[in-house]
Amino acid sequence: MQEIAILGSNDTRSGFGAGLLEAGQQNDNVVALCADLTGSLKMDAFKKAFPERFFQMGIAEANMMGVAAGLATAGKIPFTGTFANFSTGRVYDQIRQSIAYSGKNVKICASHAGVTLGEDGATHQILEDIGLMKMLPGMVVINPCDYNQTKAATIAIANYDGPCYLRFGRPKVPIFTAPDQVFEIGKAVTIYEGADVSIFCTGHLVWKSIQAAQALNEKGISAEVINIHTIKPLDEMAVLNSARKTGCVVSAEEHMYNGGLGDSIAQLLARNLPTPMEFVGVNDTFGESGTPDQLMAKYHLDVVDVVAAAEKAISRKK
Amino acid sequence: MPSTSELQQIASQVRRDIVRMVHAVQSGHPGGSLGCADYLTALYFQIMEHNPAGFTQEGKNEDLFVLSNGHISPVFYSVLARSGYFDVKELATFRKLNSRLQGHPTTHEGLPGVRIATGSLGQGLSVAAGMALAKKMDGDQHIVYVNMGDGELQEGQNWEAIMYAGHQKLSNLIVAVDYNKQQIDGNVIEIMSFDQLRNKFEAFNWNVLEMNGNDMQDILDTNVKAKALRAEGKPIVILMHTEMGAGVDFMMGSHEWHGIPPNDEQLARALNQLPETLGDY
Repeated sequence: MQEIAILGSNDTRSGFGAGLLEAGQQNDNVVALCADLTGSLKMDAFKKAFPERFFQMGIAEANMMGVAAGLATAGKIPFTGTFANFSTGRVYDQIRQSIAYSGKNVKICASHAGVTLGEDGATHQILEDIGLMKMLPGMVVINPCDYNQTKAATIAIANYDGPCYLRFGRPKVPIFTAPDQVFEIGKAVTIYEGADVSIFCTGHLVWKSIQAAQALNEKGISAEVINIHTIKPLDEMAVLNSARKTGCVVSAEEHMYNGGLGDSIAQLLARNLPTPMEFVGVNDTFGESGTPDQLMAKYHLDVVDVVAAAEKAISRKK
Repeated sequence: MPSTSELQQIASQVRRDIVRMVHAVQSGHPGGSLGCADYLTALYFQIMEHNPAGFTQEGKNEDLFVLSNGHISPVFYSVLARSGYFDVKELATFRKLNSRLQGHPTTHEGLPGVRIATGSLGQGLSVAAGMALAKKMDGDQHIVYVNMGDGELQEGQNWEAIMYAGHQKLSNLIVAVDYNKQQIDGNVIEIMSFDQLRNKFEAFNWNVLEMNGNDMQDILDTNVKAKALRAEGKPIVILMHTEMGAGVDFMMGSHEWHGIPPNDEQLARALNQLPETLGDY
């Protein structure tokens, strides 16, 4: 089995910061808004390079979403930055009416998603955001897996005309995708080809799934690992082709079962290709304080959980 | 440039459009629409520099308007049609299936003249602040006008936006608060009062004017003052005293006509009070 080289370690939010700077260099219309979390979102480099295009919005996220909609109306490409919880649930109706229904070209950039936010606890650990955002008609939802992919995704959404939700995280995680990759919105990336089970994963669970596939390989199980960095629009052909080939599937994500990637895949399969399926995710519960590693283990988002889900999915094949 | 009396005549037709639209579909919000008919007429027929024939979403090098209290869509649609954004005949489709004239204004159906969906209250001022910010960035000297309800000020997002616009010194933002002191459930003062509105805005670093929003000459004079005040480098709010239902005697002086349509007999009574000056749609 091919080894996936680790190129380094960094947080995905730093990938966002680097991508934002590059997007700003490429296009004068790119502007950035931040609700008092400039350091946490790694937006300092953009602020320093383009002070006249950076807007400090204070702790007032609802206003930030509306101002972004107004800037977009006038032809700017606004990137909003705050934690995922305050980027979605807190301002859902502002996004719904002023951005999604109004079709505004706003990029909602959300850091510290999921339980890996860690010690701050459940008030800040949103696990519902993918669901909230994907339910909005026309909203693109992206959850990249490492620094390089987050940087590439940030540049890609600047060049896409329409509302986008970009979700990334707090902790340092391995870098394993190419630094010069071209990010294609809505195009799944096959990491391992396999024959026995398909693992569809997103965000921090991509690296976990790679490790799971290696563990499964040692048990003689051939797992296909596909990185679904874009949850909406879903790469339906990639999912159906893989499920048809392997005959059983696993979804893996740092999100609730409800509303997440697994839910989108399950709907697709139920309509087109009923297939045994297992879910790695959080089952209808809030998070809590702890280190990211402790929480990933406690909430069953770890390598062993992906392995167990794959074995169970295989056992359900007729 | 129409005279004051010509503007009053246009406003009379706008009021006829409002009551006829709401009557035709037996739904909609006549009270606030009638109250703001004079101000929106003045904006679209005299005050604003705008380009009905060449409408673009971006609206560069023209004045922009945001209707934050989107439920008074009948008056908005009427002034848009009457000033040339679309055919007045389309007013007959208001609130009907497959219409561009949705119950609340939206960009979603591509209606010229609308740049943001509104209706869920308290969001328009933030959007307008973003538009004003973009104009400042672009060196565009034009103004962003906002019409909002007074009851709408109970929404917290407005105070975020008021704080922000004051901090950013958005002097190209002129906001009219429809100060009719009524909301769906009754008098604003009984539901959740906000006395000292002038002091509240001034405390957030805004300049405050007051006018009678149902007196065309006062509207025009106050607007001249508002434009001059921009030199002071602050956003401007006009506390616009209006009568809900203004122009139709039996709809005035109460919140009862906030969101109910007239019946056939009431329509006839209303139209009797409103001269047909530009021809009904």
